[in-house]
Amino acid sequence: MPKKIELEVVINGQKKAYRGAAFKRLIDVLREDFALTGTKEGCGEGECGACTVLLDGELVNSCLIPVYQAEGARVETIEALAAPNALDRLQAFFLTKGGAQCGICTPGMVMSAWAYVREGGSDDAASIREALAGNLCRCTGYQHIVESVVATVQASNQRTRKK
Amino acid sequence: MKVLRPRSVDDALELYRRHPDAVPLAGGTDFMVAWNGGSENGRLILDLSAITSWQRIRHAGSMLRVGALATHWRLQHEPLVKKKFPLLVDACATIGGRQIQSRGTLGGNIANASPAGDTFAPLAVYEATVRLRSAAGRRKLPFMKVFAGVKKTHLRPGELIESVELDFPPKPARQLFRKVGTRSASAISKTVAAGLLWLRRDGTVRELRFALGSMAPTVRRLYAVESFMYGRKPTPRVVKEALLLLEADVDPIDDLRSTRFYRMEVSRNLLRAFLRSGS
Repeated sequence: MPKKIELEVVINGQKKAYRGAAFKRLIDVLREDFALTGTKEGCGEGECGACTVLLDGELVNSCLIPVYQAEGARVETIEALAAPNALDRLQAFFLTKGGAQCGICTPGMVMSAWAYVREGGSDDAASIREALAGNLCRCTGYQHIVESVVATVQASNQRTRKK
Repeated sequence: MKVLRPRSVDDALELYRRHPDAVPLAGGTDFMVAWNGGSENGRLILDLSAITSWQRIRHAGSMLRVGALATHWRLQHEPLVKKKFPLLVDACATIGGRQIQSRGTLGGNIANASPAGDTFAPLAVYEATVRLRSAAGRRKLPFMKVFAGVKKTHLRPGELIESVELDFPPKPARQLFRKVGTRSASAISKTVAAGLLWLRRDGTVRELRFALGSMAPTVRRLYAVESFMYGRKPTPRVVKEALLLLEADVDPIDDLRSTRFYRMEVSRNLLRAFLRSGS
């Protein structure tokens, strides 16, 4: 593989062409090459989960993925959830329940919670805490974050029942 | 950084033969941390992530064959692993958070040879066999013969881990996996324990297997304790005597995560609780 590569990757449903270093981190490609700055870098060591995105549907830390490993893959970032003025239900509950404080962990936290809700996770707080275990919040706001996810799951269940 | 990304096993082995100094890369959950930290720059990478045949988990006669590139997340959700090797499932569930589990692989965990590798205590008590492959051929190593020291294995130049074989064990009377760390996820263990116990009808020990991680440069089986317990009933007096033998097989250190004193104390407590839990 040459040091500079060209590859295609589907980001938030759109096919994108990348041209650059093979060993550039996915997080840097998202932020610098495609201006998707919603994904944040916390530790750069795979501990904090701030840079969490979905790669072919699996939760990953984008600071640990060299971009060539994402060749042909589907990547979903926080920007996939909603337009700025039309928040996803999960984001809306993070807002109203105080699930966001300084905001650095929030995009990653929301991505892990989003995957959890999408996979049909329950409103049981212990399961939610386990699902979010790879995302650290140093504002110590876990309680409000868990409540945001509980509210989202309950609202989704109610809606399904009404249908 | 220069990257080699073979699409087949044969290509991977041939490339590794030609470039024995290359760094084999699977999920990257350890290597990328070092690279982000600024070390490892300019290394030649042998990326194995496109070798899909090594991701498989398969039932093969009396054993389970886990491809080296099976992720910790896959292992936790594979019905046969859940049923037959619950200690391995428990271990995989404690490795980092879900983001790490969905990238990190069993083969990568072994090749990395950390003294604190969370899957090692379960693999030690399940008496796993590690299958190695190089351009020259195949070779098998019992799991306990894989590690040479901290971050060191007995793999030869050009050799890659192909799979891990686990014989289906008879149903144990008791089993234990316990990781003791600062928090329940994303923490490196202070000590990690796995135990399997089979009893005879009269309550005496038919077989005990107990392994500890983070208690020596490599994972250790407590052979002295195991053979002492053979044929005995785990009464309070016997267990007390057995605990004295723990030091024969482990030698923990003081480091930034814990102390020798704490590690010994908590290991003794775990072993005592495990041996006494049925009574």
